[in-house]
Amino acid sequence: MLGQYITNGVLIGGLYACIAVGFSLVWGVLNVINMLHGSMVVLGAYFCLYGVQQLGLPLYLVAPAVCGLLFLFGYAVQRGLLNRVVTQPILITLTLTFGLDLIVNNLILQGFSATPRSLVTNYGMLEFLGVRVPVVRIGGMLVAGVLTLLLYWLLRHSKIGRAIIAVRMDRHAAALMGIRIPQIYALTFGIGAFMAGAAGCATALIYPVTPMMSGVFLGKAFVICVLGGLGSVPGAIIGGLALGIVEGIGTLALGQQWATSVGFMMMMAVIVLFPTGLAGKKGYE
Amino acid sequence: MSVAPTSPILELKSVSRVFDGIRAVDTVSLKFYAGEIVGLIGPNGAGKTTLVNLISGFIPLTSGDVIFEGKSLIRSKPHTIAQSGIARTFQIVQPFAKMTVLENVVAGAIYAGHCGMRQARDKAIESLEFTKLTHLKDMPASELALANRKRLELAKSLAMNPRILMLDEVNAGLNSSEIDEAVRMVKAIAARGITIIVIEHLMRVVTSLAQRVIVMHHGAVVSEGPTDQVFRDPRVIEAYLGNRFAQRFAKSSTLVPLEI
Amino acid sequence: MIFDRATAFKLVIGLLIFGGGAAFSLILDNYYLQVLTTLAMLCVLCWAWNLVGGYMGYPSLGTVTFFGIGAYADGIAQVQGFPIYAAWLAAGCAGAVVALLLGLPLLRLKGHYFAIGTIATVEVLREISNNWETLTGGAVGINIPIQPGSPDFVGRFFFLAMLGLALASFLVTIVVDRTRFGFGLRCIRQNEQAASMVGIDVFKYKVSAFVLSGVLCSAAGGIYASMVAFIEPKDAFNLITTIEIPVMVMLGGMGTIFGPLIGGVFYVVLKEFVWAYFINWHSGILGLIIVAVIYFLPSGVFGISWTSALKWLKLRRRPAPPARDIVTPAA
Repeated sequence: MLGQYITNGVLIGGLYACIAVGFSLVWGVLNVINMLHGSMVVLGAYFCLYGVQQLGLPLYLVAPAVCGLLFLFGYAVQRGLLNRVVTQPILITLTLTFGLDLIVNNLILQGFSATPRSLVTNYGMLEFLGVRVPVVRIGGMLVAGVLTLLLYWLLRHSKIGRAIIAVRMDRHAAALMGIRIPQIYALTFGIGAFMAGAAGCATALIYPVTPMMSGVFLGKAFVICVLGGLGSVPGAIIGGLALGIVEGIGTLALGQQWATSVGFMMMMAVIVLFPTGLAGKKGYE
Repeated sequence: MSVAPTSPILELKSVSRVFDGIRAVDTVSLKFYAGEIVGLIGPNGAGKTTLVNLISGFIPLTSGDVIFEGKSLIRSKPHTIAQSGIARTFQIVQPFAKMTVLENVVAGAIYAGHCGMRQARDKAIESLEFTKLTHLKDMPASELALANRKRLELAKSLAMNPRILMLDEVNAGLNSSEIDEAVRMVKAIAARGITIIVIEHLMRVVTSLAQRVIVMHHGAVVSEGPTDQVFRDPRVIEAYLGNRFAQRFAKSSTLVPLEI
Repeated sequence: MIFDRATAFKLVIGLLIFGGGAAFSLILDNYYLQVLTTLAMLCVLCWAWNLVGGYMGYPSLGTVTFFGIGAYADGIAQVQGFPIYAAWLAAGCAGAVVALLLGLPLLRLKGHYFAIGTIATVEVLREISNNWETLTGGAVGINIPIQPGSPDFVGRFFFLAMLGLALASFLVTIVVDRTRFGFGLRCIRQNEQAASMVGIDVFKYKVSAFVLSGVLCSAAGGIYASMVAFIEPKDAFNLITTIEIPVMVMLGGMGTIFGPLIGGVFYVVLKEFVWAYFINWHSGILGLIIVAVIYFLPSGVFGISWTSALKWLKLRRRPAPPARDIVTPAA
């Protein structure tokens, strides 16, 4: 029984990591708390649903297109709007992104309506060691996890990736090294949106989606950032897994409705006891 | 300005501060008497600023005790220490950036200076007149030039009505005439009866101000005594210039360099 | 406390506004009275936030934490049979206690982490009130006994109560602004370490501001709960409200005496207008307003330098550069 919950927790942890990694990166590099992030995940899910259900295209075409679309959206938002206020204190950037979130959420509500939708597919169940998991869920988690690892590889081994890490560590020094900060910012935000889109597609496979879920996703992203540290992909992975497992155990111990509370309480405990996150200091991969 | 020492106004008893195994301040015992000007010198990294930090409560002691006017400061927080009459300036000046010069000094007067709001303003104006900053009183502190920032630190510390004032390299970055002006101000402050501890690298400042000099090296007190004697102490020369020069100096009797 | 002509002037203006408001209660009908009551409540929350976020510079997003605590304390007390004034007292006390308990860990954090910590408290408390059914009625909420009397009388009663609380918040703000307490908060906002070295008991000041803010918020929550006679988690711990409050204060001017009032009025008027004409898009337009405020008025109405704006318009040339800061030799 415990094994089932833990397995579920680990699998969902992969999805959580994908949801959170974009948020964490933007927070760590741009110092912006992107309240828009949850809505971007929902947007990704809805676009994916639209592409598959309305346009009848296969998933392996729609998903990358959705991610690309969201990347462009993120890039544009940052370059056009956020760039001017990126150096302002946190209250300003947070409320700005919050305002944007209200706009996007309203658009989603009007555009797609509030009825829950989902890509209903059934490829059966997998069973091992007494634990049962729907295949679709494994597929979704796998894709999410692989993408996150790809991002990690990209950050470490590509020139752009190193530039992003440099900006995260020390913005001014990076600028002195010739790195063009506004471009890096826009790119990072775009990557964040990309990952949100991917997470959205994966989510659409697993849960029924409504616009209200943006708040839930944002909440998870917050918790994972605090647990795993800001701007760190391994941190997002660890945080995601930790959250997934903690929620699983919480569900087992206290019941389904306490799962989210347990996550938030753990976040508060970590904030107060370890301000730099469980994965260690920010900026050191 | 000789003082008949009765009991010390400030006493350090085996004060130590250890950071991760490095003894930044190593079992320092010192006595300071009311009204004197004491120079605190030593090479970079000797622990001078750390000592001032310990006395003012900026960082906690690892061991030892600091006794001010008979009372131990070991359990006191920085604000209590400031309120009881010890003020210090910082090497890297930390003003309240967006507040005006006047407001910065008022801040010193209200809390540590134990003034009411109106009293504090008068005291602040007086302090600004002393440091010749009156014409800049409404300028935001972040817009001041370096020399004036240092004077603002001084004005703020004066407004705190201290009995002990610790100056941490007040002259770093100043030109010659600015330094002369600063020395004049410090002498005027001492004339009010305030005990002053001056951390300095410029020996001509030390010789013109201090009656007594304490030399630190590697966290410990290496030498202590009247100014001219200390400069001839071979341990002091070794601390600054190394062993070989110290030996060379011991053989001849050339004058001690005045600036290091 | 500095009580000079400027202070007296501000006090008089404020009292006139509040006096006018009280007079309104006699002539306006119930619908407008409700709107004004909500406005008064938001102003209380804005003034309360202004203490911690404006003067002290700690970006709190936990205003509704205390609002909700006060609402539930009031609701639970009234259901237990306590008279309404005792319930309001309970709301205030609950706010003070919770502020003390939460303030101790939270005030050790700075900037981003403080903001996140305060948001977390909102989420946690909402979840707890959703789930702790025996105490809070769970998601279904608590039905609170309605005050006896005609709708007009009751409407006026709550309006005056909320107005009174708003007046209290206004007076508290004036006192804070003009005493060493407010000055100390502003120093803390600039540089906490320097504040400590200058003799300010930073810990005591931070906790005091936080508790004062919390009490005002919880009192507002208490009056609100009694007024609407029903409280549920979504209502009491509303995330949107907790973000709207700082926006309102930013609109009017953070760290000022009238900023929260002006910002609150502007925002409520805008919101009513939008709700009336664009109901399907009201949250989107609200978002647009927020974005516009942040973009074009980051220091709020009081932050705009009206004098230099006028100069620019009239004279079309740059104002004279400020007096040069030259280090004058001793002369």
